[in-house]
Amino acid sequence: MIEEQNIVKVGMADLNVVKTSGIIRTTGLGSCVGLTLYDKNIQLAGMAHVMLPSSDIARDGQLNIAKYADTALPELVRKMTALGASRSRIVAKMAGGAQMFNFSSGGDHMRIGPRNVEACKLFLEEYKIPLLAEDTGANYGRTIEMDCISGILFIRSVQMGKKEL
Amino acid sequence: MNLFDDLEGFKMDVLKEVGNIGAGNAATALSQLLDKPIDMAVPKVQILPFEKIADKVGGPEQIVLAVFFRVEGEAPGNLFFILTPEAGKGLLHRLAGIEASEEEFFNEMEQSALSEIGNILAGSYLSSLADFTQLSMTPTVPGLAMDMAGAILNYGLIQFGEMGDDALLIDTTFLEGKEEVEGQFFLIPDPESFDKIFKSLGVPLTDD
Repeated sequence: MIEEQNIVKVGMADLNVVKTSGIIRTTGLGSCVGLTLYDKNIQLAGMAHVMLPSSDIARDGQLNIAKYADTALPELVRKMTALGASRSRIVAKMAGGAQMFNFSSGGDHMRIGPRNVEACKLFLEEYKIPLLAEDTGANYGRTIEMDCISGILFIRSVQMGKKEL
Repeated sequence: MNLFDDLEGFKMDVLKEVGNIGAGNAATALSQLLDKPIDMAVPKVQILPFEKIADKVGGPEQIVLAVFFRVEGEAPGNLFFILTPEAGKGLLHRLAGIEASEEEFFNEMEQSALSEIGNILAGSYLSSLADFTQLSMTPTVPGLAMDMAGAILNYGLIQFGEMGDDALLIDTTFLEGKEEVEGQFFLIPDPESFDKIFKSLGVPLTDD
């Protein structure tokens, strides 16, 4: 490649989009979920690094909407439709939501990963966005990137190597 | 996010001392286990955005070995003992006489031995803190993982995730000789623990 590839980085509790050419990436997903949306017709990919299931628990005045599943999804949809995506064409893929440590005891905090996954699914359903593929759960971390031309989601992990969705 | 706005220099120094005392005892314990001197870097107390915490151990994708403890009691929080996989193998060899396999991953016995080493060190870290602050702090059963630093550390930030986008980190590094890093302790107290720690140490609260 002669042109430098356009890589958009999505931080923790962050969201972003990439259009026409380039890759969107988030690193080190543990219990967080990397939720990606894609509109093939206009080659637009969006990604959110969701940390918690619901913004109800936010005790702070200033709300970071990319952090919670219930607020990140609407914002990502809004961003993408503003760039020309059609609600009816958007499809989703996601990865993450692992349980990094196993404990016999422990409250809800201990299973935050599965709860993040459940929440993302719930809100996708509410928005009638089909979930095409997922690589969630288990006990290992993941780095994911989506190529906005193909819409393929690449997943890397220490234990399981590479995967494509 | 202004949870930490009123943490002025003096309070930061108190927290630094808290890290110092805990890690000093853990370093002594490690030094006794290994039968050789272990030094300790001056602790760093920092308020960091979540993104930056993994940078402390080489970036979110750096592979680290971590023993995690949920700290329960009057001043709850999360405690990580983090080391490189190589340092982990070295510890196994010297402490347990286990010649680590060439394989990249640790087998069950090695994992169990590493958890136990972490347990001993965390125990001495926390008990000295508890003595110093007169607050009860007990570690839960350790959890061990070898994975990307970002994936491991964000687990310890969930408490903060509900509050804001920054965490307060008390970071202490163990050194063998001048350079070789043996491991790092990260203590991430729950937000409500700060006032308790300050109060028990006689630090006046600005809000009063």
